[in-house]
Amino acid sequence: MTERAGSLSSRPKTLIDKIWDAHVIVDREDGQSLLWVDRHLLHEGSFHAFDQLAKRQARLHRPDLTFGIADHYVPTRNRNALAPEIKRMVDQLTDNCARHDVTLFGLDDPRQGIVHVTIPAQGLTLPGNIMVCGDSHTSTHGAFGAYAFGIGASEVAHVMMTQTIWQKRPKAMRVTVEGALPEGTGAKDIALHLIASIGADGAQGHAIEYAGSTIRALSMEGRLTLCNLSIEAGARLGLIAPDDTTFAFLLGKPFAPKGDAFEAAVQAWRSLRSDPHAVFDREITIDTSALAPTLTWGTTPEQALPISASTPDPATIQDASRARMISDALDYMGLKPNQRLDSIAIDRVFIGSCTNSRIEDLRSAAAVLEGKRATVPGLVSPGSTSVKQQAEAEGLDRIFTAAGLEWVEAGCSMCVGMNGDLVPAGERCASTTNRNFKGRQGPGSRTHLMSPAMVAAAALTGHLTDVRTLAKGSHR
Amino acid sequence: MTPLIVLEAKACPLPLDNVDTDQLIPARFMKRPRSDGYGQFLLHDLRQDAANPASLLDDDRFIGCEILIAGRNFGCGSSREAAVYALADFGFRCVIASGFGDIFASNAVKNGVLPALVSAEQAEALLADDSIRQGAPIRIDLPGQHIRIGNHSIDFAIDPVWKTQLLNGWDDIDMTVSYAGAIARFNQSDALARPWAQPHRSPAQ
Repeated sequence: MTERAGSLSSRPKTLIDKIWDAHVIVDREDGQSLLWVDRHLLHEGSFHAFDQLAKRQARLHRPDLTFGIADHYVPTRNRNALAPEIKRMVDQLTDNCARHDVTLFGLDDPRQGIVHVTIPAQGLTLPGNIMVCGDSHTSTHGAFGAYAFGIGASEVAHVMMTQTIWQKRPKAMRVTVEGALPEGTGAKDIALHLIASIGADGAQGHAIEYAGSTIRALSMEGRLTLCNLSIEAGARLGLIAPDDTTFAFLLGKPFAPKGDAFEAAVQAWRSLRSDPHAVFDREITIDTSALAPTLTWGTTPEQALPISASTPDPATIQDASRARMISDALDYMGLKPNQRLDSIAIDRVFIGSCTNSRIEDLRSAAAVLEGKRATVPGLVSPGSTSVKQQAEAEGLDRIFTAAGLEWVEAGCSMCVGMNGDLVPAGERCASTTNRNFKGRQGPGSRTHLMSPAMVAAAALTGHLTDVRTLAKGSHR
Repeated sequence: MTPLIVLEAKACPLPLDNVDTDQLIPARFMKRPRSDGYGQFLLHDLRQDAANPASLLDDDRFIGCEILIAGRNFGCGSSREAAVYALADFGFRCVIASGFGDIFASNAVKNGVLPALVSAEQAEALLADDSIRQGAPIRIDLPGQHIRIGNHSIDFAIDPVWKTQLLNGWDDIDMTVSYAGAIARFNQSDALARPWAQPHRSPAQ
């Protein structure tokens, strides 16, 4: 076993290597490394880990690097009258954080929101950080050039007690995206296109670095959406080298460095990029010129197609197990083979989740809905209380409510249904979320994943719709 | 956790790909403390459908089974360790599949459940095996990394670190505590190398 020493290797390094190397405390001969953790994020689901701590009568080691956020179970309406089992989940987090001196963004805190929305907005996600949370969408924070990944409850307990984690260095995959984004497309479409191309396990065992001109041109919101969905391609994490867009976003954020310390940090962060000749285990290139608004038709995010396409026909698939999977997904989704996607009627819409509930997402949906009425019901849950306040200051809430959609409080809400915001059995929901798994939005629910603009378009017409046709004013 | 060396038990076939953690345990059951037991929630919604292969879990042939066989990308999706609690509390000590979600596999090992990786062809063959489908036991040999079915045997892959942990029933936390000195020395040098890495706190925060 070797303790960390300054690496003298002149081998060109990837960004992933650079962050990894800066955090290694111990390298074990068997390939495991003990890594320092810069930020640990907790939510109501962390109770299993707190229970493990209690069993060992242990203390949480670094409360100054640990933040608690109520998001998974919080109600989006009537917060003054919590159902008993929800109240128990929220109180449990409050009590555990108080007992261990952890800063909590609780229900009545203006910073409350979805962990992956509110933590970056607070300036707690910094380039070069290693961040963990008991939530697979922790990959979101990679948008800042942070090495951020989801962990299970036993690992959460380990980080609580030691502020470290054992990991094996992942393989590195670079996804290079080049070209201007065609009208009606954005980060969500890039992500769904990638997942459909490489499969829901296409990046298993890998960390992804996103690079290329399209990525450089993405806003922080777009980068957060893209990195968020890395896990749906099977990657443990996805990240983007920090640049002026990143630094401009962080400047002045509450927990970000201030004054000279910020300038010094930016100097350090500028070195957080892959060296010119760094070698990746796998390279994938995406040319955006043919990218169209993309959405899922089935029950795994890899079952995604452009809106102009039709559902697949299992009878034409050679591979028997793939054909079986497609026919099972069509069956669950209540769809037929060769059905045009834009002919599929929906029952409701949901705009929210750690994937697409930031201010830019709400603006993009509102731009489609402005001055119009939705033909189906729907829920809009902003990603945090402060995103909600900003949207209200911009008048977006009035656009949503005038369109007939419900404007509610911030939380994970209908993405995972833990708080009771459910899609009824058999109903079809156009959703800005991240998982179209069977029953994800409620038992028997049918989910189609797409961008906020595409969800807004579907809300107007009542069926899956190419938002580009609406933008030309041809709707109705 | 209990060490796992050799396991001889019935193996329940689950001929499905992409069995995500929302299938393994639907989110609505996760409010309960672990001490209540999570086994009854394993694959809860799929088991309701008699046409779904998951209903085999309730078939008399597989009573007492400790091994589950599935296709590719088993345990993809969320990081919920409750998915492993549900498997472990049901009685499973091993899942054989042609691919695992990374977080799931790590969670499995931490709970003494072996994620045994085989090729897609091997998984297909096991899923179609008549003796397995009749409830005949198979034998998993972790030190040798073999699965013995009747008279023939196949090899499986497992990360060497995970193998050691499962064989010994080791707990990470005890091991990490032995590195307390190295962690403290790292903290000292890291504070100088990356002073910006700390959260900035004004008195109000």
